[in-house]
Amino acid sequence: MHDLAQQIVSGLATGSIFASLALALVLIYRSMGVINFAQGEMAMFTTYVAWQLVQIGMPMWAAFLLTVIVAFVGGVALERIVIRPVERASALSVVIVTLGLFIALNGLAGWIWGFVVKPFPTPFPTTPLQIGGAGFSAQDVGVIVVSLATLALMSLFFQKTKLGLAMRAAALYPEQSRVLGIRVGWMLALGWGLAAVVGAISGIMIAPVVLLDPNMMQTEIVYAFAAAVLGGIESPVGAVVGGLILGVAINLLGTYVEAIGNELRLAAALAIIVLVLIVRPAGLFGRVAVQRV
Amino acid sequence: MIRSVSTAAVVSAAFALTVTAGTLTTGRAADVPGVTPTEIVLGGDHPFSGPASAYGAIGKGIGVYFDYVNDHGGVYGRKIKWIDLDDGYNPPQAVQVVHQLVEQDHVFAIFDSLGTEVNTAIRPYLNQNKIPQLFVATGASKWGNDYKQYPWTIGWQPDYQAEAILYAQDILKNHPHAKIGVLYQNDDYGQDYITGLKRGLGKHADMIVKMASYETTDPNVSSQVATLKASGADTYMIFATPKFAIQGMVAAAQQSWHPTTYLNNVSNAIPYMKAAAKVGGPSAVNGIITTIYLKDPANHARYAGDPAMKQYREMMTKYLPSADQDDGNYLYGVAIAYTMVDVLKKAGKDLTREKVIDAATHLNEPNNPWAYPGVVIRTSPGFRFPITQMITAKWLASDWSPTGILVDTRSMTEAEK
Amino acid sequence: MLGPAFAVAVIAVLPWVVPSFIVFDLIYVAAYAIGILGLVILTGMNGQISLGHGAFMALGGYTVAILAHAMGWPYWAGVPLAALASGLLGVVVGLVALRLAGIYLALATYSLAIATPSFLKHYKSITGGFGGISLDQLTPPAWIPLGPQHFVYYVAWAIAGIAFLASAFVVRGRFGRALRALRDQPIAAVSFGINPYVYKTLAFAWSAVLAGVAGALFAVATAYVSPDTFSLALSITLLVGAVLGGIATFWGALVGAAIVEFLPLVAQQINNGAPGVVYGVALIVVMLFVPDGIAGGLHRIAARARRRTPEIALESGGPVSAVAVNQPTRE
Repeated sequence: MHDLAQQIVSGLATGSIFASLALALVLIYRSMGVINFAQGEMAMFTTYVAWQLVQIGMPMWAAFLLTVIVAFVGGVALERIVIRPVERASALSVVIVTLGLFIALNGLAGWIWGFVVKPFPTPFPTTPLQIGGAGFSAQDVGVIVVSLATLALMSLFFQKTKLGLAMRAAALYPEQSRVLGIRVGWMLALGWGLAAVVGAISGIMIAPVVLLDPNMMQTEIVYAFAAAVLGGIESPVGAVVGGLILGVAINLLGTYVEAIGNELRLAAALAIIVLVLIVRPAGLFGRVAVQRV
Repeated sequence: MIRSVSTAAVVSAAFALTVTAGTLTTGRAADVPGVTPTEIVLGGDHPFSGPASAYGAIGKGIGVYFDYVNDHGGVYGRKIKWIDLDDGYNPPQAVQVVHQLVEQDHVFAIFDSLGTEVNTAIRPYLNQNKIPQLFVATGASKWGNDYKQYPWTIGWQPDYQAEAILYAQDILKNHPHAKIGVLYQNDDYGQDYITGLKRGLGKHADMIVKMASYETTDPNVSSQVATLKASGADTYMIFATPKFAIQGMVAAAQQSWHPTTYLNNVSNAIPYMKAAAKVGGPSAVNGIITTIYLKDPANHARYAGDPAMKQYREMMTKYLPSADQDDGNYLYGVAIAYTMVDVLKKAGKDLTREKVIDAATHLNEPNNPWAYPGVVIRTSPGFRFPITQMITAKWLASDWSPTGILVDTRSMTEAEK
Repeated sequence: MLGPAFAVAVIAVLPWVVPSFIVFDLIYVAAYAIGILGLVILTGMNGQISLGHGAFMALGGYTVAILAHAMGWPYWAGVPLAALASGLLGVVVGLVALRLAGIYLALATYSLAIATPSFLKHYKSITGGFGGISLDQLTPPAWIPLGPQHFVYYVAWAIAGIAFLASAFVVRGRFGRALRALRDQPIAAVSFGINPYVYKTLAFAWSAVLAGVAGALFAVATAYVSPDTFSLALSITLLVGAVLGGIATFWGALVGAAIVEFLPLVAQQINNGAPGVVYGVALIVVMLFVPDGIAGGLHRIAARARRRTPEIALESGGPVSAVAVNQPTRE
């Protein structure tokens, strides 16, 4: 059935978008235990930076590289300046500050670059590809490949490098880590920097498909949250798998389930978030945690 | 809670202070509010924040044209003061902003308010207080239809139903055995198009084999497009706002589906077509049919020698140098501001609100520099759709090529009543 | 009692001294104050973070609108029903929220807020879909010598007064102490026999009731409801108002309401091009420098003025830091 194959393939393509953003969310959560509501806007902002660099004539790859560096520095700076004062205070303070960042970055991007939708350059060719009668693009493949590569690098980093281990220690056992000489504050900043990098990469990969505008990430980020929760908010593998499953699921639900139809796709995704959080908060790949009252 | 008077006093004082901080000095109302010997005050509310912020550029474009007019003598020696506030595309905020414009800034009229929900919310207040709600920026048909109940309100752009009827007629004429698949945004905007399409097809409405809606919260529309393709449709209607329209074109190309495609004019600006071509390849856009009623500032080739376009660029460079001149929203603003000034002039030196509404409902403007050549902006007291003419155009390689002649949808719109 | 009396006097007098459009804005301040009070109780006193209270406002607003429009119910009958409907939904959501905490709850309620406009558009036969529902203006009965706008103003603030009084009654004594205990030392609280399921759900339900009333007021003041009236921005505005005003005090709700109503207008004066930037930056700055919110900060100023050490806010609800406790362990 062409239709079903197409829905699945399109779902995988869409899902890979969710997956790449979800990776950034997971990274922040692992390093700090907070959910960064501004993640999408940070990614969007760095994508605009990339766009601007290309506009002034920089070759694409150089622009992307520079953007990634800028993202890292920006993420670290944000953590040190804006988050650090409140990270000890409470979950609520962090939520409000990240929301403030969200609003400010969105407004700033709109102010600098306007709100008109813009195309974004892509290194991939545009000829459509086919598998089993279902069409997709090289860009879609690119997003999946880059997400998987990012995932692999992240896993390697956290499992195998001293720095990665230090970051994990700082997140889970800050006091003990300090005793061991780990600069906990800078580990957290590093976490934000890396998450910003993953977000920037995600934005650059996604923008050719969803098109560049200041609001481009606002709905994607919700699906990314759903993907992260589904896969397990602490698990990078979960983020990718969760994203792909979510992409396919909402396509199939939206197309074949009348009650949901096209109108309640988002609601379906969100119902998934809530259901997972209730039934198995650790998600598919997370470790089950002891819940306090 | 609070146990000491001093804290309560401080808090109450802070409360009152916060409130007063939002208070600005109250102006004095003139005999005709908003009109003095030297000034006409017009109020606008546009989305400068929130999801619809792209349309804020319209308000800015209006400001540019008013600046130009003010520098060239104004209207009977009066300069136009344009107060344009952010309503976030949110009805309660719009209502509050309009109250402020009317009661604090004493505007003469509200001009180019944007969005169906916003305009529905402010319409009762304005009409009750006999304040003109001029040239609202939305194509929903109710703005022309409801005038008996709301005589102070009038629209401007061609209404969506008439546009869809045009497409229906084109299909009946050129593709009489078409199987139509419709991609539409799930709100009043998309719904109006569908109503128009069905009316235009008349007893052939069963040519529509599948309709697929999307929400503005959907990540993309490839699933909907797949559904339409699978239905066997060979004609594809895209009733979508720019971002989703582009995705709709691209998805069709990526799924190797090449139907006869009709695109609503809200999304036909050249930069959008180029974006679709960039992502989906030329097959995503070639041959697409749309309607046009304004000039496209991004079409450098067609309007290279056009004096109106030259004037537009000069005005934009002078009064809003940082703006992207190719953004059609600015041009829309300039064009609609031209009509506004035209109406102010026709209302005469002795300006009142009644006269302005009278002028707006007896409009005959054949020479709006930024409307498509031949378009005459016309109204009568019983017919309040100022722009009813459109021309179909087809996308060939790099721009829109007009096909056929300018069609007046006036008779189709009349039939709605 | 002097404090509240002073506030009542100020509110009673304001319509006669400020411009008319400000009076109109103040009607919305009353509505916000009620909604934000709900979060003061739920989040400030009980530690449950909700980014989704706009959904309860939507239910309240649409209930009043549908009853008035489709069944001709007068507003004074519709508002209590709106409160009830929201309360019931609050119980349901509260039960779900029992399984979540901290950031997870924030995320789940964020999702609820985003989904609300979609739901409203989907059930268009009841809600009127994207066109919304237009309502009649609330006009005073002949025997009240007030203009319509002043009438709505006093009605709104009277309802706010009732809401505040009722809430003070609800959280006094045992109930309030239980809520705070569950926020600060949940394990100890449970071992003392406080049933967390009951109290936490009730806190959620009460905050939903308040939000429902706020939504009903929105509907009446605007004389219109539509899906985009109750978007994510509204939910965020409520929480922002609570935090900026002073998350754990009733006064904070009042101050926060004034802030969220007037800050966007002030931001526009500063920079018409980017009201969002000013708003976002203001949020961050306040959180960094005045984490107790404005009312909390003022409380400390006043206390210092009287040269009293600010009592480590045990009674007045505790500063924001206490909310940190309610997070799942990451073992």
